Amino acid sequence: METAAVLERETYLNASYGLKSWLLTKDHKRIAVLYFITVSIFFAIGGAFAGLIRLELLTPQADLVSAETYNKLFTMHGVIMVFFFLIPSIPATLGNFFLPMMIGARDLAFPRINLLSWYLLIGGGAFAIFAMVSGGVDTGWTFYTPFSTSYSNSYVIATALGIFIAGFSSILTGLNFVVTVHRMRAPGMTWFRMPLFVWAHYATSLIQILGTPVIAVTLLLVLCERSFHIGIFDPALGGDPILFEHLFWFYSHPAVYIMVLPGMGVINEIVSTYSRKPIYGYVFVAFSSMAIAVVGFLVWGHHLFVSGQSLYAGLVFSFLSYFVAIPSAVKVFNWTATLYKGSISFDTPMLYAFGFIGLFTIGGLTGLFVASLGMDVHVHDTYFVIAHFHYVMVGGTIMAYLGGVHYWWPKMTGRMYPEDFAKLSALLVFVGFNLTFFPQFILGYLGMPRRYHVYPPEFQVLHVLSTAGATVLALGYILPAIYFLWSLRYGKVAGSNPWRATGLEWDTPSPPPTHNFDRIPVVTHGAYDYSHIPGEEIEVG
Amino acid sequence: MGTQLRLLPEQASTIAPEVDHLAYYLLAVSIFFTVLIFGAVFYFAIRYRRRADTEPPQPQHTGLALEIAWSVIPFGLTMIMFGWGAEIFFKERRPPDDALQVYVVGKQWMWKLQHMEGQREINELHIPINRPIKLMMTSEDVIHDFFVPDFRVKQDVVPGRYTTEWFVATKPGKYHLFCAQYCGTNHSAMTGWVYAMSPQDYQEWLAGGPTGSMADAGARLFDDLACGNCHKPDGTGRCPNLTGLFGSTVMLADGRTVKADEAYIRESILNPPAKIVAGYQPLMPTFQGLVSEEGVVQLIEYIKSLNPPLGQAQGNPTQTTVPAREPAAAGAPPANR
Amino acid sequence: MDSEAHHLETLALREQFDTEDQQKDASTLGMWVFLITEMMFFGGMFLAYTLYRSTYPQVFGVASSSLNLPIGATNTCVLLLSSFTMAMAVRSGQLGKKRAVIWFLIITMLFGLTFLGIKAFEWTEKFQEHHVPALANFHLDGTPLQGQAKLFFSLYFAMTGLHALHMVVGVGIVLFIIMETARNKYSPKYYTPIDIAGLYWHFVDVVWIFLFPLFYLIDRHIGR
Repeated sequence: METAAVLERETYLNASYGLKSWLLTKDHKRIAVLYFITVSIFFAIGGAFAGLIRLELLTPQADLVSAETYNKLFTMHGVIMVFFFLIPSIPATLGNFFLPMMIGARDLAFPRINLLSWYLLIGGGAFAIFAMVSGGVDTGWTFYTPFSTSYSNSYVIATALGIFIAGFSSILTGLNFVVTVHRMRAPGMTWFRMPLFVWAHYATSLIQILGTPVIAVTLLLVLCERSFHIGIFDPALGGDPILFEHLFWFYSHPAVYIMVLPGMGVINEIVSTYSRKPIYGYVFVAFSSMAIAVVGFLVWGHHLFVSGQSLYAGLVFSFLSYFVAIPSAVKVFNWTATLYKGSISFDTPMLYAFGFIGLFTIGGLTGLFVASLGMDVHVHDTYFVIAHFHYVMVGGTIMAYLGGVHYWWPKMTGRMYPEDFAKLSALLVFVGFNLTFFPQFILGYLGMPRRYHVYPPEFQVLHVLSTAGATVLALGYILPAIYFLWSLRYGKVAGSNPWRATGLEWDTPSPPPTHNFDRIPVVTHGAYDYSHIPGEEIEVG
Repeated sequence: MGTQLRLLPEQASTIAPEVDHLAYYLLAVSIFFTVLIFGAVFYFAIRYRRRADTEPPQPQHTGLALEIAWSVIPFGLTMIMFGWGAEIFFKERRPPDDALQVYVVGKQWMWKLQHMEGQREINELHIPINRPIKLMMTSEDVIHDFFVPDFRVKQDVVPGRYTTEWFVATKPGKYHLFCAQYCGTNHSAMTGWVYAMSPQDYQEWLAGGPTGSMADAGARLFDDLACGNCHKPDGTGRCPNLTGLFGSTVMLADGRTVKADEAYIRESILNPPAKIVAGYQPLMPTFQGLVSEEGVVQLIEYIKSLNPPLGQAQGNPTQTTVPAREPAAAGAPPANR
Repeated sequence: MDSEAHHLETLALREQFDTEDQQKDASTLGMWVFLITEMMFFGGMFLAYTLYRSTYPQVFGVASSSLNLPIGATNTCVLLLSSFTMAMAVRSGQLGKKRAVIWFLIITMLFGLTFLGIKAFEWTEKFQEHHVPALANFHLDGTPLQGQAKLFFSLYFAMTGLHALHMVVGVGIVLFIIMETARNKYSPKYYTPIDIAGLYWHFVDVVWIFLFPLFYLIDRHIGR
């Protein structure tokens, strides 16, 4: 019997049993599974908030929820999705699981710190959830002062504390990845033999290390200001609310790249595997990740074009913003070129990758609108911006995340998911997403401001379209949750390398043993060399 | 209205067509690249689909020329976006000297506006068409944002400082005014209308208002607060003479100089020790809490009215181009001892 | 004895590493990366300080002169000395002199505690003088200088407080290392924890080297 064949061998899943063996595990794979469950729950919560927002916006009047509740809904949607889903999503689950395996390591450099960072995310999440159930927070996820420090009557302190704690989770994950990539590579795994997924995570980690402490100290100042009224951001005492905006965006703009760079890493693996070709321009793609990480730190001021910052600061930030556009464009062109003369199959992960390339292209191109000063003045803080960043965050990151989960699901669980349902979900997500967010570009250009509970009736048609799309999108998200669970028990047994991919993670049985490799591999060739397909000789079953 | 579907907002200001032209360029570039990428992905995916699982892998080719081409060409296109956007932004951020000034105070959750002639409005702004209008804006509480989509203008309204926004309306009509910076519970109710009127209609509207300009109101406030006890018009008071102050350059006690603009006067009323005029003691108490933001702008208008008339439009709000007629006299009044 | 030492060394090598060098490199690199995040953490506050200092130079000058310079200078010396003894402890660890490690670490810890004690005294003084912005009857309440002086003292308390918190953590780490050393956990082949504890200690010192002039010395050149 197939099931028996899987269970006989010791894997990271059956090496020990009991809740304690999971809650005190130091195995990066088990921690990744813990993260996977955690972020899935946060995604469901954040998604439910989004659903309520879309329902309320079906009509121009207030009919489902009060203004106060609406403000709390979009705030908590943003807080949960940004800090508790998007930022940990790919790095802490797929990165945690596969980064060590891809460079041929037995574990991350600091397994105990890895576990600690999961507990920090849980602790931070507990504070955020506490704030929500006690009454919520209504400042917007951006916490602009002096509203958040002096005027809001909601649970700002608990929420900010939650984000502060979760920030340390992010920092420690980044620290772990950087040290692991520097010191734990298998013999022969040179920097330019690393899969591009690893490069993307390395770049992401640098941002986490350098950026996250700044949001931490900013939130600390917000907490002090709100608790003791010390005047740091209060104009009545000589403080400057714009200082907060600078500090906040100094982290929160690079944070956008924390969210999307790992997604780009996933897309590299998928595009290469299902085209059976190396990524075109490997070196350019690797360095474009680094370029995005570095230049990403110099562009935060483009969120302040209409804040009253000086004209010349606006000029510099607009100019630099276009420097981030180029490495992003280079990636898209290289993925497209990889398809040329490939051997392309349409497995589910590849469909998600196609979706990613298309939606990220649109998200990136509309970024050019908001980076242009004269244009941004009109579309700033409207639904145009909402649509733009959802194209990047949802169309980009979540498409890549789902693609990655499908791609590595056989490796993580040893089981295949039902391919037809998976293809259907990919299609639903793509169609639903576009129907939800494309109308918002038009809404934004027409002048519909963001964070509006009631709106002028002429905007209704587009809002109805958007809400209709959101229902399709929701179906597309619920479907995988069902068939993934189903596959755990009934899925076909996956071999060690069902896609005939090249990464070292396929050079070990599925699911992998606790120490990943029975024998540490010696690397003799670059990533994506399809003349060496690993794992075929250790096929089980 | 209600259900009709529009794709573009009305072009009701001089800057609106310019912003739209830039948008068309951006849209053209975006459509070109979207079609290029989608087309290539579809074409390659179909053309090179896997026909047999045993297909041998293809070797990779690299092309430095291609990499350079698809970095440099898009970069060139984006630099056009940058330059064009910057050009429009410079126009949007630099009001002309002859603009008609209106003061805006945002508070949760309403807009309070004052015209120089003395009219005050709430959530409505009446303006003449074909005349530059400059808004001098501040907030009493949190950050707001004055957004008129049909004019394509938007600017945050920040507590503790003045920000400006200007436009020339081109078509009479009624246009949405939105608060575009999230400001609390009733943020989405902090909306209003801008009424652009023909000059005649505007004159009629003005005539229907109260008598007494902002400067007059400021003068009354100046008396009520007993500012004149120290700020004596002949320069003998314990504090600097305010005649001819506005627009001049002021020498400070710590050796710096500062332009006497709206922000400086506001700061000197609410936070006097921040900038002490050379030769004076920091005696003035703060008027924070004693005078509202609307009162402050009335005082500013009063101080402006103390300037000798310059021939052209009185109370000229822009400082930069006014030749500093008596910088030495106004900036460094004789030491009081 | 010899075999026991060897046994301890193998225990010290965690399973994810292949060699001791790899483990030592990883730990040291990890600490450096952590210190970089700490730099960014303090950096946000230094930015706020820079902004307000340049906006209100005079008030900051006046408020600065209310700080107790001799005490601040004493604390600076105490920390510099503690860095010296910490460096000696690391060197002794490298040479395997267990007793020397313990003694140098104890002295380091005592210096750290001295610093915290002096700091506590200084803060108490500030409370008595009503220099604490968050409390009622701040000494400048009702005067025009109130807001800006509050900014100075807020930053003073926030930044020195954050620094003191790091000192407390540092003292805890040193205490832990002392106990581990006493239990023969380290040897010349494996003294990485002493080494990285030293890195952390020096970092916290360096932060103070910036805080001291920025808060205590800014107005000293203007006729005082």
